[in-house]
Amino acid sequence: MNQVWNTPAAWVGRSAINVAAGFGRFGAFVASIGRGGADLRTWPQLLVPHMARLGVASLPIALFIAGFTGIVMALQASYTLTGAVPLYFVGVLVGKTMILELGPVLTGLALAGRVGANIAAEIGSMRVTEQIDALETLGYDPFAYLVVPRVLAGLIMFPVIVAFANTIGILAGWATALNLLDMTTPEFVRGLRLFFQPFDVTFSLIKAASFGLAVTTIGSFFGFHTSGGAAAVGTSTTQAVVVSSMLILVLDAFWAVVLL
Amino acid sequence: MSIELAGVRKAFGSRVILNGISLNVRDGETLAVIGYSGSGKSVMLKTIVRLLEPEAGTVTVDGQDVATLRRRDLFAMRQRVGYVFQFAALFDSMTVFDNVAMGLRRAGMREADVAERVAGSLHLVEMDGYEGRLPAELSGGQRKRVGLARAIATRPKYVLYDEPTTGLDPVTTAVIDGLILKMARELGVTSVVVTHDMKSAYRVADRVAMLYEGDIRFVGTPAEIQNVEDPVVRGFIEGIPELAQEAGT
Repeated sequence: MNQVWNTPAAWVGRSAINVAAGFGRFGAFVASIGRGGADLRTWPQLLVPHMARLGVASLPIALFIAGFTGIVMALQASYTLTGAVPLYFVGVLVGKTMILELGPVLTGLALAGRVGANIAAEIGSMRVTEQIDALETLGYDPFAYLVVPRVLAGLIMFPVIVAFANTIGILAGWATALNLLDMTTPEFVRGLRLFFQPFDVTFSLIKAASFGLAVTTIGSFFGFHTSGGAAAVGTSTTQAVVVSSMLILVLDAFWAVVLL
Repeated sequence: MSIELAGVRKAFGSRVILNGISLNVRDGETLAVIGYSGSGKSVMLKTIVRLLEPEAGTVTVDGQDVATLRRRDLFAMRQRVGYVFQFAALFDSMTVFDNVAMGLRRAGMREADVAERVAGSLHLVEMDGYEGRLPAELSGGQRKRVGLARAIATRPKYVLYDEPTTGLDPVTTAVIDGLILKMARELGVTSVVVTHDMKSAYRVADRVAMLYEGDIRFVGTPAEIQNVEDPVVRGFIEGIPELAQEAGT
């Protein structure tokens, strides 16, 4: 009998069941977040501290990545375009690429590691030390107390961080163009404005908000479903980072198909 | 009206932890639930406040079927039941004051009254002056005392203790036992104390129940359990595993 269950077909079947169960758990988790959102006695007073913590703590790494991306974009654009098109196209590439793609995606991936891991580890530790059970025994809905403020903070603060990252990336590209590529400010700005559309910014911020939602929800989900000890917290943290990074790339493609 | 479990069954996968147990906790008494590690004592305690949901049977608190309570009523019920966790489960990012105040703030108490009640609760567990400390700055015994202060801050009708003396030295164990008796005496709470420490059970309990292989093996007074002839119970209370093994074969 055991041999039957160890066949490749059985393994595929078991895996399919596990994946389906995982989706089921995630669906129930999202429903619980919605229910927690209705608990207005709990999460509103926790939202601003979470926004401050998430936003302020994440800004340095986001700006660091955006700054160096802007520099590299300007240099690579110059390397690729020299002799083929006018150099002011460096501004086009830096601006368009930062706003539409690299600003939100690189920031999202960095914050999946930083914010997603932090949330999964924090909530996972609370789970294994029975602090979440303690919250429940004190009359709190743990979703309203732990998950809703974190998810809303991500939804609100990711676009703010990405807006800063886009700005720093473009400024770094401009400084590089001025100092290393012998371009002038009017040339760079001309390129920047050539194909710019206000919708680009909207697109960038919509993507950022969806990444914020994904990273914080996935981090909370894996943290909440941690069982065991310290090793389980580590596993949940890793899973949160891997799954939210993959989801960011899927969402990136999704928004490109739907909105562009 | 009190706490009543009737035919409660709980399994994790194929492993049956509680096999249809029935147990009644009388008003005002302290009931010690003893049993081997992994016998389902903590699981039983968690079913009372619906931290775990049984597959079969009913748990009633003050006549209310816990399984059918709507969320708002469930949270209201939980505020009548203090829960002391095995490792205290203090919120490690909060001070002792905020830990003890959590349930009071949830109950909508004014901040001035919260401060007074927190001070009173910490005084009851002899932890005056520790309000500003973080849990990481406390010893194991102190953490358990703060956990107890948090559980009794809302002046619940019931207090459930999950292994309150595990990991403590004998003197601190006696101090915690003294606090359990003090809570019963001064606050009039009905208590369920899960433990595998027989000295503690004899000290605090009006009645003792033993869980064994998913069933209630014995219920009686401390005097009765010390004279019981069941080799499984004797093996456990006297620390002679051979007795229990012989009974099982």
